[in-house]
Amino acid sequence: MTNAIGTSTARVDGIAKVTGTAQYAYEHPFTDPVYLHPVQATVARGAVDTFRSDKAESVDGVLAVLSPWNAPRLADVSDPELSLLQGPEVRFRGQIIGAVIATTPEIARHAQSLVEVEYTTDDHDTVLRADHPDRYPEDDPQTIGDDVDEKLSSAQLVIDQRYSTPEEHNTPMEPHTAVALWDPAEQHLTLTTATQGPHSVVDTLAPLLGLEPQQLRVVSPHVGGGFGSKAAPHGHDLVAALGALALPGRAVKYAVTRQQGFVFVGYRSPTRQHLRLGARCDGTLTAIDHESFSQVSPAGTFSESASSISASMYAADARRLVHHLVPLDVPPPHWMRAPGEAPGMFALEVAMDELAVAAGIDPVELRIRNDPDRDPATGNRWTSRRLVECLHEGARQFGWRDRDPHPGIRRDGEWLIGTGMASATYPHVMSPGTKVTIRHDGGGRYTVRTGAADIGTGAWTTLTLISADALRVSRERVTMEIGDSSLPTATVAGGSSGTTSWGSAIVATAEAFRRQHGDDPEAGAQTTGGVSEDPLAEGYTAASFGAHFVEVRVHPGTGEVRVPRMRGVFSIGRVINPRTVRSQLLGGMVMGLSMALHEKSVRDPRFGHVVTQDLATYHVPVNADIEDMDASWLDETDELATPMGSRGAGEIGIVGSAAAIANAVYHATGTRVRDLPITPPALVRD
Amino acid sequence: MESRLALTVDGEEHTIEVDTRTTLLDALRDRIGATAPKKGCDHGQCGSCTVIEDGRRVTTCLSLAVAHDGASIVTASGLSDGDLGLHPMQQAFIEQDAFQCGYCTPGQICSAIGMLAEIADGSPSFVTEDLADPPTLTDAEIRERLSGNLCRCGAYVNILAAVRQATQHSDKGAA
Amino acid sequence: MRPFDYERATDAADAVARAASRPEAVFLAGGTNLVDHLKLGLVEPELLVDISHLPLAAIEQEPDGTLDIGANVRNADLAAHPAVRRSHPLLSRALLSGASGQLRNLATTGGNLLQRTRCVYFQDVTTPCNKRSPGSGCSALGGHTEQHAIFGASQQCIAVHPSDMAVALAALDAQVSLLGPEGVTSMPVTELHRLPGDSPERDTVLDRGQLITGVRIPPPPAGARHTYRKVRERSSFAFALISLAAEMVVEDGVIASARLALGGVAHKPWRARRAEEVLHGAPAITETFTAAAKAELEQARPLEGNAFKVPMARAMIVAALKELAVETT
Repeated sequence: MTNAIGTSTARVDGIAKVTGTAQYAYEHPFTDPVYLHPVQATVARGAVDTFRSDKAESVDGVLAVLSPWNAPRLADVSDPELSLLQGPEVRFRGQIIGAVIATTPEIARHAQSLVEVEYTTDDHDTVLRADHPDRYPEDDPQTIGDDVDEKLSSAQLVIDQRYSTPEEHNTPMEPHTAVALWDPAEQHLTLTTATQGPHSVVDTLAPLLGLEPQQLRVVSPHVGGGFGSKAAPHGHDLVAALGALALPGRAVKYAVTRQQGFVFVGYRSPTRQHLRLGARCDGTLTAIDHESFSQVSPAGTFSESASSISASMYAADARRLVHHLVPLDVPPPHWMRAPGEAPGMFALEVAMDELAVAAGIDPVELRIRNDPDRDPATGNRWTSRRLVECLHEGARQFGWRDRDPHPGIRRDGEWLIGTGMASATYPHVMSPGTKVTIRHDGGGRYTVRTGAADIGTGAWTTLTLISADALRVSRERVTMEIGDSSLPTATVAGGSSGTTSWGSAIVATAEAFRRQHGDDPEAGAQTTGGVSEDPLAEGYTAASFGAHFVEVRVHPGTGEVRVPRMRGVFSIGRVINPRTVRSQLLGGMVMGLSMALHEKSVRDPRFGHVVTQDLATYHVPVNADIEDMDASWLDETDELATPMGSRGAGEIGIVGSAAAIANAVYHATGTRVRDLPITPPALVRD
Repeated sequence: MESRLALTVDGEEHTIEVDTRTTLLDALRDRIGATAPKKGCDHGQCGSCTVIEDGRRVTTCLSLAVAHDGASIVTASGLSDGDLGLHPMQQAFIEQDAFQCGYCTPGQICSAIGMLAEIADGSPSFVTEDLADPPTLTDAEIRERLSGNLCRCGAYVNILAAVRQATQHSDKGAA
Repeated sequence: MRPFDYERATDAADAVARAASRPEAVFLAGGTNLVDHLKLGLVEPELLVDISHLPLAAIEQEPDGTLDIGANVRNADLAAHPAVRRSHPLLSRALLSGASGQLRNLATTGGNLLQRTRCVYFQDVTTPCNKRSPGSGCSALGGHTEQHAIFGASQQCIAVHPSDMAVALAALDAQVSLLGPEGVTSMPVTELHRLPGDSPERDTVLDRGQLITGVRIPPPPAGARHTYRKVRERSSFAFALISLAAEMVVEDGVIASARLALGGVAHKPWRARRAEEVLHGAPAITETFTAAAKAELEQARPLEGNAFKVPMARAMIVAALKELAVETT
């Protein structure tokens, strides 16, 4: 081993990023590109009746106007999200119903405003309610152990509360962008797009467009954040591709505006949750009943299942989990960092804090008392469950000992002070199927190629380190190639599975390379390999764990909340690159703080669209919101989970952090907030 | 309506014809090929398009190019010439891992450099305790002054550390 | 964005003449609000008269202490100017609470006064808005009203003025200097902006072609203490839920003078004159401050979505006045 893994390493793409020369989707050079601006529906449900584009077409510089009727036809219209411009149906407000392509972005945007559309409209409904008449359970309730109702009725302590989380938008700093170029001679489409998985874009779009996979190349070397919203192609990719087919030989650039980024590129569904915890006087849980609701779109199937988090988190004699879907006239919800886990853990960990208060037990101690020996959902052994050590270490770092649990009694000038904590977990996910090609370039230098994506996670660097150790060379001798579907197939950067899935494939391929070429390979020696299944042994559950500790200041007159101090301690297996992993964990915690205090997409039920559709009205934290915050981890390795000994780290930072802040707000003020976000209006009292 | 204008970008002079509607940001990115300033919101709400124009940090998405005829602009690509390597702020951003996806980074770096110049000039901020005194370089001052640059990856802790590192470098340089 | 002509004015009179020459002409200064609106399609002028290069960028202090500020002075320069920091730290603080460092390097004094509401419906051409499109209806009523007015709204419009600077200027009795086709005039900042009434499309009383050339601020009373407070949904770079500019002179425990203005509560910077009446001549004690806040907030007509603004404003007024009273020496 060369021990590249575990060495704090600067990003290999660092110079390109700090000098602004790393090419994001919009920035690849094309000759004489043209620009697309979409026409969007201004009704939430109905159909396009008339689409008059003559005024738009008469503008100098307009090259094409695509309508629901004249756009190139798709070979497969079974995906309602992506079957755009194939007919008049409008399923949500803001849906793409046309597109103008022109020689400049200014002309395209102006001409778009001249398209006149008339609709037939139907009544629409965009309000998520737990008692919605059309709700339906996603699956049968998951029941484990004894009868929940019986255990609840006989419990010495019961917490029975409702929680909610709002609609949230991923809002990566790089707005989604697609540049499509159809080469009519080669019958080949190149799509330069911001994606978390180039091959998944090919897999999805090629059949829709009637292309063989080899007729579509997706290029995406640098991606300006995604947080789930770039994990699958969305409408902009499809419309750019249609534009390219309509204008062969021209690169059609479509940069989604920030406002459009609040419509059709995915978002986190709001949730409504009902939690009932039954416990003995000593705080040990006897029952967990977690019921959740999220919305689903007629144009998609994604489900934000918040109740699943309660399957494995704590021991209990009885548990019942059920998730309901409410069909609404909304755009398709999609992945957003820790989908299900983030909102679910908010409810569970606030409920646990309420139980700690009711039982008169320290909240850290309460979690320790309910730590399960085996995975309650399956009876499996844990590959490694070190939540308790995270709790102890976090408490030590934070100075939790001797905390006075009484709420609303600590003051500093005009401000109230409080502290709170919560646990975190995220399942270990390994997605089989990644292929890797390793080539010996001569002189002990290697090129390692796979279609992985670096959305800011540090994959360029992390995979270099894994390759170096697997090939037993220094990291300087490894050249990584990622971010292109012309490279060997790779799975999506999502579910905290990237490093696990790609890294495992690299390790396996390096072993195959040695078997094939020996320890002294010729220049040009090459092996393609991969892993076809999850190596996790039967009978084991693997997951990451963590603990958040937070101090807040709350102004009782204005409801302002500040977070002067926040600590996260995590158990994530072996850390490949401490420098980038710390950044990911901190980034998750910042997003958790954001979820707790700032983020809320306000969907106006009268119109059906999100009216807080920019970064001035949809608030994410600024630098001044993040004060003394740090993340650390236990020294460990989990070789039952992956050959590198690592587990996922991308999402766990957001899980539980919002609850820790809400619990600290309770401790500061005595006000229990169960509905996010905790904005000043939520805390001001008359 | 087309209009002709001259811009100096990272030391290089450009003369371009632009639509009066073209923003300075789009002129830089689409016409000149200077893609270090990024389009994150196009409405002055994220700071990703920050450059240094005639010595001051500014956003470029809410400026019409035609109104900035003759301006001299430095982007993150032009902060130091090739012989000198990276600007100390850029070096610090790499060493402190002050970014993840990197999209806001050129704007953060230009903003940080402009911000330090403003502090050196004695300009106050909202968190400056006494407006009669020149500001001091506290953590709170740095955070407040960089709050016009959103980072959705949440690299703020490391951005602060990078600015600290860069200022120590320049202190040493001055000594 | 509709195509438009662009002309660079050579002096203030030239700017006024150019603007008067075309019915849909607008002035362009820093651009931070106008270009935003051009992109969103909220305004579709046929001519932009660029005034950003006019020599209206000086700050001068007259012998009596009056500050004379050119309309093109950038927000950052105004906030940092020694005379402003010395005489009117309230104004500096208000400016520094607004936008971001790089926007304050662009935005001008005149443009800041004329910035338009951030009502989410005004900014979205797909929703009705009487301010943008008179007679189309007010989408904010019955909608997302967290940011909206509690004072002086009408059935036609409940938007608020977003400026922080204007709130400070209203408290400081600043005057706006104007040049129009009819010549030079001036008016108090408190009279520049109007309540929406039946014509919310008009933010101010300015006539077409009238140009703000500067702002004049009289010297503060001796012994005055100031504070500017702003409550928003994050620590920085956000518009106010409520902002408060407060200045008070306390002599021997009695309030000799007090000037208060609130932002984020009305279609204009809201000078809290009823509160001031209660404060004048009263003892500088918490009971007085509470009574002053109560007197002002009795006029409030909150909606369900912004009812929080009444207790929030009360808490802000009382806390600010306490701060100004406690530290008096």
